[in-house]
Amino acid sequence: MAQYETYQYDVLVIGAGGAGLRAAIEASAAGVATGIVCKSLLGKAHTVMAEGGIAAALSNVDERDNWKVHFADTMRGGQYLNNWRMAELHAREAPQGVRDLEAWGALFDRTRDGRILQRNFGGHKYPRLAHVGDRTGLEMIRTLQDHGVHRGIDVHMECTVITLLKDGDRVAGAVAYDRERGRFRIFQARAVLLATGGIGRAYEITSNSWEYTGDGLALAYEAGAELMDMEFVQFHPTGMVWPPGVRGILVTEGVRGEGGVLLNKEGRRFMFDDIPELYRNQTADNEEEGWRYTQGDKQARRPPELLTRDHVARCIVREIKEGRGSPHGGVFLDISWIRKRLPHAAEHIKKKLPSMYHQFKALADIEITREPMEVGPTTHYMMGGIHVDADSQMSTAPGLFAAGECAAGLHGANRLGGNSLSDLLVFGKRAGTHAASFAQEHGPTRIDLEAAEASVRRALRLFEGNGQPALGDGPYRIQQDLQETMQRLVGIVRTEHEMLSALEAIEQLKVRAQAVRVSGNREYNSGWHTALDLPNLLIVAEAITRSGLERRESRGAHFREDYPSQDLAQGKLNLVLRKGPDGQMRIERRPIPQLPQPLQQIIDEMK
Amino acid sequence: MATATFRIWRGSPQGGRFEDYSTEISEGMVVLDAIHDIQARQANDLAVRWNCKAGRCGSCSAEIDGQPRLMCMTRLSTLPLDRPVTVEPMRAFPVVKDLVTDVSWNFRVKKQIKAFNPRPPDAQDGSWRMLQEEVDRVQEFRKCIECFLCQDVCHVLREHHLHEQFVGPRFFVHIAGLEMHPLDTEDRVPELRQAHGVGYCNITKCCTKVCPESIRITDNAIIPLKERVVDEFYDPLKKLFAKLWGLV
Ligand SMILES: Cc1cc2nc3c(=O)[nH]c(=O)nc-3n(C[C@H](O)[C@H](O)[C@H](O)COP(=O)(O)OP(=O)(O)OC[C@H]3O[C@@H](n4cnc5c(N)ncnc54)[C@H](O)[C@@H]3O)c2cc1C
Ligand code: SF4
Ligand code: SF4
Ligand code: FES
Repeated sequence: MAQYETYQYDVLVIGAGGAGLRAAIEASAAGVATGIVCKSLLGKAHTVMAEGGIAAALSNVDERDNWKVHFADTMRGGQYLNNWRMAELHAREAPQGVRDLEAWGALFDRTRDGRILQRNFGGHKYPRLAHVGDRTGLEMIRTLQDHGVHRGIDVHMECTVITLLKDGDRVAGAVAYDRERGRFRIFQARAVLLATGGIGRAYEITSNSWEYTGDGLALAYEAGAELMDMEFVQFHPTGMVWPPGVRGILVTEGVRGEGGVLLNKEGRRFMFDDIPELYRNQTADNEEEGWRYTQGDKQARRPPELLTRDHVARCIVREIKEGRGSPHGGVFLDISWIRKRLPHAAEHIKKKLPSMYHQFKALADIEITREPMEVGPTTHYMMGGIHVDADSQMSTAPGLFAAGECAAGLHGANRLGGNSLSDLLVFGKRAGTHAASFAQEHGPTRIDLEAAEASVRRALRLFEGNGQPALGDGPYRIQQDLQETMQRLVGIVRTEHEMLSALEAIEQLKVRAQAVRVSGNREYNSGWHTALDLPNLLIVAEAITRSGLERRESRGAHFREDYPSQDLAQGKLNLVLRKGPDGQMRIERRPIPQLPQPLQQIIDEMK
Repeated sequence: MATATFRIWRGSPQGGRFEDYSTEISEGMVVLDAIHDIQARQANDLAVRWNCKAGRCGSCSAEIDGQPRLMCMTRLSTLPLDRPVTVEPMRAFPVVKDLVTDVSWNFRVKKQIKAFNPRPPDAQDGSWRMLQEEVDRVQEFRKCIECFLCQDVCHVLREHHLHEQFVGPRFFVHIAGLEMHPLDTEDRVPELRQAHGVGYCNITKCCTKVCPESIRITDNAIIPLKERVVDEFYDPLKKLFAKLWGLV
């Protein structure tokens, strides 16, 4: 076997975004030896890109807010498919998560009386997002990173996990390679915690980076754990559409929170045309009221631009499909119009949305204080993921925990903006605590060296034949074809017919991925890395498609043209996937447990 | 469609050379797009770091036509394309492969800087009150995306290799962010003078010029830190008064 290094930890955290770092801090605070592994350099994970803010009912800006309202908002946004216990814990514990960050040095924007300022966001009844301009994720990851490095956590940067190792049923470690040199590392651990983020790279147009290949989901699936809610992929309504190179890059919802409006090419604010029943009571029916809401008028209802993301994305798709789109195939998002309302509008925009201002100026030659942006939907977030226990975040595989975007449950059929960063804080912390106690309560594990060696051999086999047929049908080509397939056939609007052809295409791609070979050597070889990610992307793509086929209704982010309305019966179940004994993907309908009376009452009261 | 030539440094710690690649270019493209096209079609094993493609993560630092810049934020339309565009790794750090450098030194330095240490919470709800005016100044420093371009241009590191005595502009920004943090109680001034080597900086402002976040590194971070060192070490009387009246 190829040479490798071995490491031992009580808790091995895979992923160094918000969830992974928060978990590692907590685990190491519990006094167990903690290691953390990530594909990029420390501080570059996706969390760094989050813009708008962290949702937490601190009630600093509107004293009517509290955890119950946040809970009800989250459940409504998720169309009641959420794991209600997670939604409850999240709403209760998010404020403390934000306060912890402040205690570790984060500097949020302030209210006049010196408290943490909160802003409006889609689906949140009151201003709830703690933020730092439009770079909240940077503040969060840097705070956690700087706090974490002083706590004796071992960091393995630019190191990619390719296989989880098991000791009987229990997950007991991992095999990884370091990107720089291509050497293998074997980690032995008493508990393993996945915090690997999302799956955006399964699609062509995405706000996600190369890292988001669904590794954690595939690792868990291969280790026998269950995945859940995989049909729910969030397409963010506003990504950049032009120029081509930046297509998909996110335009924060904060633009709309600050008063930005969506217009079609006729200049019409088309979001007023279709307001769903569930939200009619809470949505402004005229422009004046919508504007007052963005300016903090507590009597006003929110403008329809701040409806949930799934709905806004579909309205945009409708405008484009019906020929009312912008020149480059999007619609217009205009914040510059607030000049008519505010004396120092340009300064205000630059102060509130500095990164957006800079991003459009530098990448698209657009001055957002003076002209509208062009935007369209972009693949953004995975609501589904690893099925976990609400309190402990343990998956259905003993010893394997999951937190953050790679875990499922909190968001149900649709995530509200800002609820991810808070998710990372609340459940990162919980997962860290519980992984640490699991490690303390359970003895050491044995490493299955044979499985480790098999994993290394699979990785090295990609070099056989040195480069043939790497350039003809190389890893990039296969990845692109998969992205194109998913974008076209399993995107925002789905049909049975299209998803069936996607499944066929995925089967063919699997065969091609089996045969793929790469050239060059093991050192920082992006072709090799891409080839190693392919099986993960394929598992994720298959899971999304199979779940999408199985859910014969439209709900939240999952919209079926052939079943355009909600179905009461299907609204009471989650779809769960696991690898069958024959190696095939098994899907199962799992009823959602009855909501306890006190929680049901909260929901009823806030209808 | 138009094409352009990119002269990309390919190599390892043992050495390397520039290689030319031509690729098609389209409107609005940035250097990183061109590198990705080349990687996908002509050089699968070309090594490059990136993540966000939007100037937010600070991964894609390189030297483009000799200028330290982020590849994802450098539009081709801003470069002369009648001659090859050179793209090479940051020269102040050891090469790993092609455009990827070993920046681990920076992470080790960060660890040596005294951590944030807040005063006890003093608001009734167990947190703190801070005014926007108080945090504005520090928020500038916290914009840093750790691209290390400032470290790359600073002659103290690039030419004089004083990595053991000097933490570099990035970490003066970091220290300034801690020292001026409204809640922090730690004193980093003794280290600034000694281990961190603020004295080596002779205020050339090269770092400020390349910072993609437009942080005024020299004026707003380094000079005030130098003043603190002077105050604390060379003006003990002032220091004493400052302490007495809580002006530190
Ligand atoms: C542009 C953008 C803006 C956003 N804005 C907001 C916002 O305003 N508010 C909000 O709440 N949410 C926002 N989100 C969503 C939110 O940022 C993400 O959901 C969240 O940051 C995910 O955090 P995480 O810790 O789960 O994963 P990440 O931060 O993505 O970290 C994943 C980590 O796992 C590592 N990893 C992955 N696979 C492997 C492997 N095989 N081996 C080793 N390591 C691995 C990666 O290297 C990385 O370190 C935004 C997302 C994007 C893309
Ligand atoms: S101003 Fe100081 S820190 Fe900045 S580049 Fe010049 S010498 Fe280096
Ligand atoms: S201070 Fe500026 S140039 Fe230096 S690392 Fe930070 S963002 Fe980059
Ligand atoms: S890729 Fe993130 S800064 Fe360029």
